[in-house]
Amino acid sequence: MIPLVCPAPIHHRDTILLGHGSGGKLSAELLREVFLPAFANPVLARLEDQASLEIGGARLAFTTDSFVVKPLFFRGGDIGSLAVHGTINDLAVGGAIPEFLSAAFILEEGFPMADLQRIAVSMSLAATKAGVTIVTGDTKVVEHGSGDGVYINTAGIGRLRDGVRLSASFARPGDAVILSGSVGDHGIAILSQREGLELESDIASDSAALHTLVDVMFAAAGANAIRCMRDPTRGGVASTLNEIAEQSAVGIEIDECAISIHSAVRGACELLGLDPLYVANEGKLIAAVAPECAQALVAAMRCHPLGADAAVMGRVTAAHPGMVTMRTLFGTSRIVDMLAGDQLPRIC
Amino acid sequence: MKYLDEYRDAGVAKGIAQAIRARVTQPWVLMEICGGQTHTIMRYGLDEMLPPEIELVHGPGCPVCVAPLEIIDKALAIAARPGVIFVSYGDMLRVPGSHSDLFRVKAAGGDVRIAYSPMDAVKLARENPSRQVVFFGIGFETTAPANAMSVWQARREGLKNFSLLAAHVLVPPAMRAILASPVNRVQGLIAPGHVCTVVGTREYEDLSRDFHLPIVIGGFEPVDLLEAIRMLAVQLEEGRAEVENQYARSVSREGNLPAQTILQQVYEVSDQKWRGIGAIPMSGYKLRPEFAEYDAELVYGTEEISAQEPQECISALVLQGLKKPVDCAAFGSLCTPERPLGAPMVSSEGVCAAYYAYRRRVPEAVA
Repeated sequence: MIPLVCPAPIHHRDTILLGHGSGGKLSAELLREVFLPAFANPVLARLEDQASLEIGGARLAFTTDSFVVKPLFFRGGDIGSLAVHGTINDLAVGGAIPEFLSAAFILEEGFPMADLQRIAVSMSLAATKAGVTIVTGDTKVVEHGSGDGVYINTAGIGRLRDGVRLSASFARPGDAVILSGSVGDHGIAILSQREGLELESDIASDSAALHTLVDVMFAAAGANAIRCMRDPTRGGVASTLNEIAEQSAVGIEIDECAISIHSAVRGACELLGLDPLYVANEGKLIAAVAPECAQALVAAMRCHPLGADAAVMGRVTAAHPGMVTMRTLFGTSRIVDMLAGDQLPRIC
Repeated sequence: MKYLDEYRDAGVAKGIAQAIRARVTQPWVLMEICGGQTHTIMRYGLDEMLPPEIELVHGPGCPVCVAPLEIIDKALAIAARPGVIFVSYGDMLRVPGSHSDLFRVKAAGGDVRIAYSPMDAVKLARENPSRQVVFFGIGFETTAPANAMSVWQARREGLKNFSLLAAHVLVPPAMRAILASPVNRVQGLIAPGHVCTVVGTREYEDLSRDFHLPIVIGGFEPVDLLEAIRMLAVQLEEGRAEVENQYARSVSREGNLPAQTILQQVYEVSDQKWRGIGAIPMSGYKLRPEFAEYDAELVYGTEEISAQEPQECISALVLQGLKKPVDCAAFGSLCTPERPLGAPMVSSEGVCAAYYAYRRRVPEAVA
């Protein structure tokens, strides 16, 4: 009875798939095979969330990000505040003090003016609160059916702190890995409000500007104790840890007990068959830091509202470079892998 | 979280593992059938907690993995048609057919949507009267009633634009095929708790008697599985072969009678192909003739589509518990979740994917 039956592998990638935007392995493949060869230069090759530049003696950080979130308005924020926070955070985790943003809009014909007004006001409020200024922008309109209401791109520029050099390639064995708070809030807030899911929950996105939390961290630990920071957005904490492990050629061991997950997020993930470690965050950061400074850093972070649940979630090791492992609640150990594309809800 | 935390309690789990160690005196090979159970074992590292005498092998209970190639090809053909909204559970989208997958059909312009319930597809049909809505009804006895309900509801509402592409598989016939094999190694079975929630435990009593096999109906949380393993170990050590129910908070002997009624009204038992195992007589469901107008195979004339399944990986042996994923030369190198060679690598519930995700290199113990 035992005929061997297998599907033929599908190797060619002749079209863009949704997974290419997931922040997982397909995204990395796109970068490696298309963009890095095309734009080859040493700044880009560092693969940070922001470019570190020196212009006329000034050290600057420069970054850009596009926002295609659906629904546009969600509990805890909207596409406008998200576009401001996201770019601020990419600057902040590079050790920079965010100063100026650009904002570009791709609007779909027929998009309600009132919604655009609401988004613009939200961006303005978010920028003012964060102390950054939106100084340039652009608007394009595409035909009805060619867009999804509104897409926003923001770019940002900030001054790098004196003496601060952060890189996802700087983590070294022995370093402590700090997580600034609970995981999965943004992704689950978005998912639970998408059409058709009808999850009753009060989960709000954690969308927030992290630069003042970063200020607190540098004030507590000085310029050299922090090796690298990343904000675990799409792809979640697991993908970010894998990026650091790979770029630093180190192993990372995390402790399941040390990861904070709101019970509503946990419940939604259970229901949908998702792992919160892969769900997006928009107001959290991960830092690899010198072990002797870890406790002081966590204590300082906990005094900031965005770091109230900060904790050491693991440590950097020399063992199994490029791999993230987790000590489970049961004391066993398992791999925490990078996903190929988006997490897919399981059948049962 | 009630019904979760108490079944993930590390202290309780360690106590059960200790009880298993204290009870076993000789090697036993146990199989968990369901992919969800495999996933839990790997995710929590339960096999690391067990004494070396207990070997866990992993059964064919991942519905995505055992869906035959030709039903995927049929799905791709229907999903690519203009005017069709093709609705599927999420993890079917990455499953490779002969030449493509649903993600690629979607990228090429097909209207492919992910749903969490077949009733969402019925709702889509109601809201889009000018489009044809097809739901991809895959799964074991667990998902079959909800899929049957969608057809029943569509007929009740008089919807003319809804149909079901059904490829349901049944656990007991597949287990019979595996247990009857001359190379079978399985000495005790953890039966799938959610399948039994629907169908009850009687079929497993027959299985236990016919093969003199201890069977424990098991749940899906780590404490459930450890307890099921302990119960099997006790039966085996005592020489008993009975059906016991570890998952009594969900499973009754009779099962879910309304669900069984809808299954009988909508489906009839039919022969079914299993990817990785082959054709097994009377091991699936198809729509009854009176629901022919809701049968996507008939509506779209895909009965003729058949697929040549290449013979490249050892998934047949893996799905029967004869080999472990790591025994395969292609595992983790030629065959990965991004480029799956075999069905068990495709779904996150598949055994190869579970090994790849959690265990492809045994990490050193975390200090």
